[in-house]
Amino acid sequence: MSVVGMQTQALDTLLPMHVLLDRSARIIHVGPAFRRQAGTRSYMGRSALKVFAVSRPADIVDAESLLGAVGRRLHLRLLEGRGVQFRGVLVSLSEDGGALINLTLALSELSDLGGGGLTNSDFSPTDMTVDMLYLIEAKAAAMAESRRLIDRLQGAKSAAEEQAVTDMLTGLRNRRALETVLRRMLADNVPFSLCRVDLDFFKQVNDTEGHAAGDLVLEAVARALNEVTRSCDTVARVGGDEFVVLFDAMTDRTALERIGERMIEKLERPVLFEGRPCRISGSLGTAISTDYAQPEAERMMADADRALYQSKQEGRGRHTIFSPDAPLPVPQLGDLRRAAT
Amino acid sequence: MHGLMNRSLQSFVEDVYGSARWMRVAEVARLDFTSFEAMLDYDDSVTLTVIDAATRVLRKPRADLLEDLGIYLVSHPNMARIRRLLRFGGAGFVDFLDSLDDLPDRVRLAVPDLVIPTLELAELEPDRYRLRCGATPEGMVHVILGVLRALADDYGALVFLDLADGPVDGAWTIEIAVLSTSFAEGRSFELASVI
Repeated sequence: MSVVGMQTQALDTLLPMHVLLDRSARIIHVGPAFRRQAGTRSYMGRSALKVFAVSRPADIVDAESLLGAVGRRLHLRLLEGRGVQFRGVLVSLSEDGGALINLTLALSELSDLGGGGLTNSDFSPTDMTVDMLYLIEAKAAAMAESRRLIDRLQGAKSAAEEQAVTDMLTGLRNRRALETVLRRMLADNVPFSLCRVDLDFFKQVNDTEGHAAGDLVLEAVARALNEVTRSCDTVARVGGDEFVVLFDAMTDRTALERIGERMIEKLERPVLFEGRPCRISGSLGTAISTDYAQPEAERMMADADRALYQSKQEGRGRHTIFSPDAPLPVPQLGDLRRAAT
Repeated sequence: MHGLMNRSLQSFVEDVYGSARWMRVAEVARLDFTSFEAMLDYDDSVTLTVIDAATRVLRKPRADLLEDLGIYLVSHPNMARIRRLLRFGGAGFVDFLDSLDDLPDRVRLAVPDLVIPTLELAELEPDRYRLRCGATPEGMVHVILGVLRALADDYGALVFLDLADGPVDGAWTIEIAVLSTSFAEGRSFELASVI
């Protein structure tokens, strides 16, 4: 069976986007889909190499080499107007020395089908191009919907994190939880003490052993603080290596001093990281609510801070209880930072 | 039932009747959320409960409500994607009918876990067809009826659709008479249009 014997009408149905060439590679017939795609460009009777640039194979330079490229995968591009790209394959029509090139749009043209306004009927029923388009659209829609779901879940996650009251690493309360408890204690007018705990030498552990060691130490600190406090107390991590303990209904200086000592003792127990001991200590500063006529959160925090600064100044691993009768000097922010490192 | 189906039902109520009515439907159905996720699965009973709630809140018979849902899926601007995906089925309404057998596979290509009933088209005589919808989730056939009505309109075809008494062995039959394929202008469809 020879293709030449085939009616061009049959060819047009089977291969709507084909181009027929004569023996000198001039275009003598095109399928209806190519006609629509070409639009107002001129092609009939012209050399195929004047209508298309053949980018691959590279050895196609003239009519002869084009007609000889039988069965090879061709990459073509329209020379006139928008450079619509095609993939093609050529077969010889041996009777007259001409050839047939069957074309399909290159993948890069799929998004708008080469801009030629092709319709369903421009594709053979056996051609999967339209199904590809369908798939591209359907998948894009599904992907967009998935992205929206992910965005919503992300938003929900952030909202949940914002409402969280627990510090993820240590399981202690976080700053928000601390503020809530503190506010409630002040509102209920219950006596309490506020103790700031600042780790000493923690930065060195982080710097020399890495963050994994640092995290391990922080977890040990959380355990130590939980061990020396009661369940009615509040232990919160309020910064990288800063903690605050609220002692519920405890305002006795001697008792607080004893607890402070035990706390420092426990903090100084070395933590093993990969067999090596990591040693830290802690400086404490405490303010007692009953020392104030009108205890306020900010004031007590600041006073506990000053007491803490005093502990640092005195050589770390110490506990200072703030006394309104013998006010401590107000530390400058820079001093505090220097003292902390 | 797939989230897409539930979500479509929700969008239908919201877009056609307003979000306040949807909130009411969610309340009557005792959902513990107010919005379906298209990419999640829900128990079939949830869908049935929501449909029941919608018929009560919107005071509409169930069959009419579901048919309206089908029409909405094809004709509402917010659902343009679905219309486009359906129009890939063929250049004209008859081509589209011929492609219905492929529709479940086509849907599976797009959303692998979305199951729709098998559809078998028989041509009884020129321009008269019988569409058999395989065992369907309850009420689905009314949605299909609405989709077909709206698509005929979309193609500009004049078509009579009739739901035969049923179901028989769980399957429903829709009789289709195509009176004219170019009754009206129809809406244009560009294969390559980007939405």
